[in-house]
Amino acid sequence: MNRYSLDFSPLLGYWDVFLHGTLLTLQMTALAVVVGVAVGVLVAFGKRGRNRALAWACTVYIEIVRNTPFLVQIFLFYFGLASFGVRMPTFTAAVLAMIINIAAYAAEIIRAGLEAVPRGQIEAAECLGLSRWRIGWHVMLQPSIEKVYPALTGQFLLMMQASAMASQISAQELTAIANTVQSDTFRSLETYLVVAALYIVLSLFIKGLSALLGRAVFRRSRVVNQAQRPGRRAASVATAGGAA
Amino acid sequence: MTPLETGLFGNFTAVHLAYLFKSIGWTLVLSLLAFALGAVGGFGVMLARISPRRWLRGLAMVYIEGIQGIPLLILLFIVYYGLSLYGYSLPALVAAGLAMMLYVSAYLGDIWRGCIDAMPKPQWEAAECLALTRWQTLRLVIVPQALRLSLPPTVGFLVQIIKMTSLASVIGFVELTRAGQVINNTIFQPFLIFSLVGAFYFVLCYPLSRWSEAMERKLNVAHR
Repeated sequence: MNRYSLDFSPLLGYWDVFLHGTLLTLQMTALAVVVGVAVGVLVAFGKRGRNRALAWACTVYIEIVRNTPFLVQIFLFYFGLASFGVRMPTFTAAVLAMIINIAAYAAEIIRAGLEAVPRGQIEAAECLGLSRWRIGWHVMLQPSIEKVYPALTGQFLLMMQASAMASQISAQELTAIANTVQSDTFRSLETYLVVAALYIVLSLFIKGLSALLGRAVFRRSRVVNQAQRPGRRAASVATAGGAA
Repeated sequence: MTPLETGLFGNFTAVHLAYLFKSIGWTLVLSLLAFALGAVGGFGVMLARISPRRWLRGLAMVYIEGIQGIPLLILLFIVYYGLSLYGYSLPALVAAGLAMMLYVSAYLGDIWRGCIDAMPKPQWEAAECLALTRWQTLRLVIVPQALRLSLPPTVGFLVQIIKMTSLASVIGFVELTRAGQVINNTIFQPFLIFSLVGAFYFVLCYPLSRWSEAMERKLNVAHR
């Protein structure tokens, strides 16, 4: 058995390529997450809505996406559409496939949140004469998103990792770039170790960002959390009053 | 030529269908292998995660965070290229199985740790009062109860595992997705073939998803 020794030095010259790939992956994920969640919200409301046909269509969509591999979805979307004459750049195809994928997962998560909204609260809002749209936004959607926020961000992380599969249709992102670098340098193991580290950094970054975002957006839960922390109670109630 | 010109089935024949069917077997073999190896690893990770030793808990946490931050595709490449560079030329099934073991053990360890944590504290205290050792407490009191709780998420994760096996296609292991690619390379009917492949995955995964949801609903009712 020959002893192989790791040598990362040939990769040093590629740092800008790696950086570029990391940014592409981040960009891809951000696009897919933002659009995907918006679509997911619509699908979640569609599934709960009174229109039977629409609700059924939403259920079928969610179940099909959640019970088939993302890789097959990408192939079907990219190669399948191409065979019908619909051609698009690989980056677009990858992002669209990611949107279709994450919208289904987000819909299911948000629907669980909507289901947890007490019936009485919706009735109370109706009694107060709030319009349907305002009930949907203030009474149903906002508290549910707050409740399912951790599950949602967990899904974003999984999506970021799933974006690696976009390399299989040669869309340019971190993994595809790693494939190129390793065939240039013949340092496959080192390349993938570096990329693994970059993915870990990316996921820590997304985790941190979503925690910060959550704290900024969901002021109510922050105030409640602080108030519940023993010892700080008086101080935090005072600040909460000030903030309100 | 578009499918509209060649007809929906084109050159797709019974031979291709039989090939796809046979490859489902390999998807199942890899899923079971990944689950079995991952469950053993995951149990170890779970034990380390709840260990009274601080360094062991920390190590397990770093392992979970690290593995959960890396895409399975990259893990597959690392294991596949890594092992071959050090002189072990392993069949793709073994390389895929090992990479998935790493991945699955991090997730299952995390899921199961959550189930153990959900056990009421007095259960531990009562066991201590009965002079059970830590190991006895786990084996006789905690784990049997946590098992019931862990069943829905574990079955749910099994669905993820089946879907994940599609990634083994990139290192040349001929499972369902790879078989679809191989057929597609000869007759180029991507829409038909990948729809079929997707349908096969759906048939495998959907019943498990429903089962997992049904169990969870039952547990929630019991806990209400």
